[in-house]
Amino acid sequence: MSETVLTVDNVSVKYRLTEQKVDDLKDYLIKLFKRELRYKEFLALQEVSFSLERGDRLAIMGLNGAGKSTLLKVIAGVLKASEGKVTKHGKVVPLLELGAGFDMQYTGSENIYLYGAMLGYSKAFLDEKYNEIVEFAELGDFINVPVKNYSSGMKARLGFSIATIVEPDILILDEVLSVGDAKFKKKSEKKIMDMFDKGITVLFVSHNEQQVKNICTKGILLEHGKLTAAGPVDEVLEKYKKLTE
Amino acid sequence: MKNLFLTFKKYQYLLFQLVKKDIKLKYRSSYMGVLWTLLEPLLTMMVLVLVFSKLYHNTKDFPVYILTGRLLYSFFANTTRASLKSVRANAGMIKKVYVPKYMYPFASVLSGYIQFLISLVVLAGVAVFCDIQPTGHLVEALVPLSIILVLTMGAGLWLSTLAVFFRDLEYLWGVALTLIMYACAIFYKVETVIGENNEWLFRLNPLYSVIENFRDAIYGRAMNVPVMLYSLGFSLVLFFSGLIVFYKNQDKFILHL
Repeated sequence: MSETVLTVDNVSVKYRLTEQKVDDLKDYLIKLFKRELRYKEFLALQEVSFSLERGDRLAIMGLNGAGKSTLLKVIAGVLKASEGKVTKHGKVVPLLELGAGFDMQYTGSENIYLYGAMLGYSKAFLDEKYNEIVEFAELGDFINVPVKNYSSGMKARLGFSIATIVEPDILILDEVLSVGDAKFKKKSEKKIMDMFDKGITVLFVSHNEQQVKNICTKGILLEHGKLTAAGPVDEVLEKYKKLTE
Repeated sequence: MKNLFLTFKKYQYLLFQLVKKDIKLKYRSSYMGVLWTLLEPLLTMMVLVLVFSKLYHNTKDFPVYILTGRLLYSFFANTTRASLKSVRANAGMIKKVYVPKYMYPFASVLSGYIQFLISLVVLAGVAVFCDIQPTGHLVEALVPLSIILVLTMGAGLWLSTLAVFFRDLEYLWGVALTLIMYACAIFYKVETVIGENNEWLFRLNPLYSVIENFRDAIYGRAMNVPVMLYSLGFSLVLFFSGLIVFYKNQDKFILHL
């Protein structure tokens, strides 16, 4: 009984950027008239293909600049592939840099609705889950205080609680497994582990070998935008280690 | 097309949240809150009346003349400025979570529009004070009030797209807005400046056309239909071309933010 939840089919991402950064109109026009507007093409991902079945937990490995974040952005849907196609079944929730979507002037409770709306939840759903979110984040009375007065741990806790309120089908983790203090860390890890047990699919980017080994079942290795290895996590980890030596 | 409608439906709560946030945050830290929406145009009107009534014309309805122009212009100016920044301001989110990006300029325009509609209360008060009797033509004010929304949305879509690629647009647009203000005949009458026969020059400015239609409705005069059709046509073209430009470029936004 296996069911494919994510197919990445021959995905390439090509950036076409000017050689020197041109980001104002004045520079642009001057360069245009002087014919100095040169473009450089840059392949961030080249023909990457893989697919995941429900319950797979994939580690995405590679050195800095290998295209890991680009791949995650394509899967999350914020970046469009130049070629190829990504097919997703079910809800994808990114847990990237927790709390990045908050409005600092807004209070915690207002941010629950704002952030929830960004993730595509309805008002009725958020009303229903509101207490659960507040309780899990352990913010107490701070929920009615503007987020700018929060400590970074509090922000992370709130972000984590909102993002994980539904069990996503595909969870994207970008080195953010540890949030808050030791106590909350334990709690959040437990929540993620519970999700694992229920068979969600995970995409995990980390340079921490131990975490990768603990969490993931499969791995892929990216080198300069190309997929150079795929398979069981141990094998891919070996190859990654060779790369770093 | 059907898909477009479905995503809009799914994210309409987000649109509501963004509009609410704009309005809520604007007044949260001010003691008088929404009252400022009313007080600000009233005060600028008083300054303009004080300065210009001696210079140009000392008619009793001059405050209404100024206020109609001023309210419509500042809605256009403030809102286009806000939507110009809207995509850039939400860069952090755009890079992480998929959201239909047109929500950001739309939300800026809608929150500006709501505040603008509230500020019309001032106009009603001043009109009563100046003895301007409402007539059946007052209903026709709904037409320019709708056209200006389309016009502003169109401008907002164009500006928010271009501002992603060109950071200096914000300053250029500020200059353009000053020019537009003088071309809107807010505190003088067009006839006295370039003569009655040359009024068409001003009407080329769609915002002036909207203001003229609006003034006619308030003063109880019949609507100038050709002028209305011109501004309507201009606004629709700007809006749909803005939508197309936004859509064609939105996938590139993330590379420039």
